[in-house]
Amino acid sequence: MAGLLVLNFCIIHLAPGDPVIALGGEHGDAAYYAFLRARFGLDRPLPEQLLTYVANVLRGDLGTSFVLGRSVASVIAERLPATLLLVSTALVLSSVAGVGLGTLAARYRRRPADIALNTAALLGYATPSFWLGQIALIALAVGTGLFPVQGMTDARNPQTGLAHLMDVFHHLALPAIVLAVNELALTTRLVRTGLLEAFGADYVRAARAKGLSESHVIRHALRNVMLPIITVIGSRAGMFLSGAVLVEVVFAWPGLGRLLLSSLLSRDYPVLLGMFLIISIGVILANLITDLAYARLDPRIRYQ
Amino acid sequence: MLALGPRVSESRKRLFRLLHNGAGRIGVVLTSGLLAVALLAGWIAPADPFVSVGPPLRSPTLAHPMGTDDLGRDVLSGVVYGTRTSLLLAVVVSLLTGAIGIIVGSLAAWQGRRTDDALMRVTEFVQAVPRFFLAVIVIALFGPGLDRLILLLGLTSWPWIARVVRAEVLSLKQREFVEAARSLGAGHLRILFRQVLPNALPPVVVVVSLSAASVILIEAGLSFLGLGDPDVVSLGYLANNAQRFLRVAWWMAAFPGAAIALAVLGLNLLGDGLNDVLSPRGGH
Repeated sequence: MAGLLVLNFCIIHLAPGDPVIALGGEHGDAAYYAFLRARFGLDRPLPEQLLTYVANVLRGDLGTSFVLGRSVASVIAERLPATLLLVSTALVLSSVAGVGLGTLAARYRRRPADIALNTAALLGYATPSFWLGQIALIALAVGTGLFPVQGMTDARNPQTGLAHLMDVFHHLALPAIVLAVNELALTTRLVRTGLLEAFGADYVRAARAKGLSESHVIRHALRNVMLPIITVIGSRAGMFLSGAVLVEVVFAWPGLGRLLLSSLLSRDYPVLLGMFLIISIGVILANLITDLAYARLDPRIRYQ
Repeated sequence: MLALGPRVSESRKRLFRLLHNGAGRIGVVLTSGLLAVALLAGWIAPADPFVSVGPPLRSPTLAHPMGTDDLGRDVLSGVVYGTRTSLLLAVVVSLLTGAIGIIVGSLAAWQGRRTDDALMRVTEFVQAVPRFFLAVIVIALFGPGLDRLILLLGLTSWPWIARVVRAEVLSLKQREFVEAARSLGAGHLRILFRQVLPNALPPVVVVVSLSAASVILIEAGLSFLGLGDPDVVSLGYLANNAQRFLRVAWWMAAFPGAAIALAVLGLNLLGDGLNDVLSPRGGH
């Protein structure tokens, strides 16, 4: 965490261009530059600036957006729920469906269902999410009109209450499915491989010998198989979020991805840096949660 | 001096086995096909990807098998040159990450506990940094360019490789043939480079090919956000351009994305196949 703050600080300082010139114009006089430097604390030694920066971040102060004139923290907080909704829906989808499909593939090993699932998983894992989004848009939204093309709600037909909720879900379906595909493919493959390995293990043979039904045996094995899979899913948090950003851009989903794109276009550096910090912290938290989940599920691991 | 370890020059036999492995065969065919496209881009592409050669937004025809874009540029030429950019990036970044990963991994395993601990902390830190977003920030602040993208991805993609190298070297350095080389009076560097590293390479090759696939995906994503190098055509740039014309020109989106998917699929399958062939367990 501390390393990230220092990295972020270094990026800011290594970036070309003097912020004083950006603020005061190219033709200001030396006294004015000195005033600006003193006002923003840029005349202090670097370690002191770093301490100030860290203290500000710890107080939740990420600076002020150049373009929107509001605090970066509030701008990000406004967009965060939409991204969280998209990401969590996709994660639930990919995990539940991935375990189901992986189990199916393992049960029907080397049969047509397994081969079809395996091929689909290989293709799904290789497909860039933004391209899948574009194709889904062309085929399903523009082509058949089954799904809305853009946004989170229908702007021409604002709804309230339950209808509003349904409207959001209708808009959410396509981006969430598209975002889920990569993880779904990976989870399916991992579950299949894990189950096949488990089927050869002694405890599964013992369970079968006891006369347990096949679904009981699989439930038994899945608990063990899921441990390494949770680690893999957790370690891909960064990849998953970058996929979310791209999918948001394709579907004009009003989350962090849209904010990232608009901040890029308007060169709103404080917002960009704030987002990088928040996302990095999110990734670290995801890793932490993974470790804790691992410890909860595996009685052999205990954190003191 | 005698090479004491298991012979590494089995490469021909291994290639043979790779070609007889389902995933490996498709991976080899796809990857070498795309490499050929990249190397022969100048001959394959019908036109300069930046030059307008026909009417704008024309759907695929014989003259323009993948159609034309909003400025009348040939999409096929864009895809061919874009593939070259993606693969060039993947190869250079792989060389860089391979080098860093091998150096860090073998130092960590070869030197004492302290070096190991320190290097592994660094590795964990770099692994925790979200590469894609770091690239977004750096390009936004420093401006786009293939050179800095290579440097950035090279400097952030090595932890996985370093971990694999470390694990391999740790297990190899206890083996008898290393003992034998040591007793023959071979120096540290000689043992490391002649005996240990060649035997540690197979799993590294697998990881490198998988990481090359992720590099291609990251570059495509960055270019899709408009952060690619404006002086070279890339597949992500074409997809970005297609976004505004999704309703009218499906071909602008379909073909560049398919090329990315094929490249990634090829490298993933190659990695899977190599894993089956090279790992001791996968020998059927």
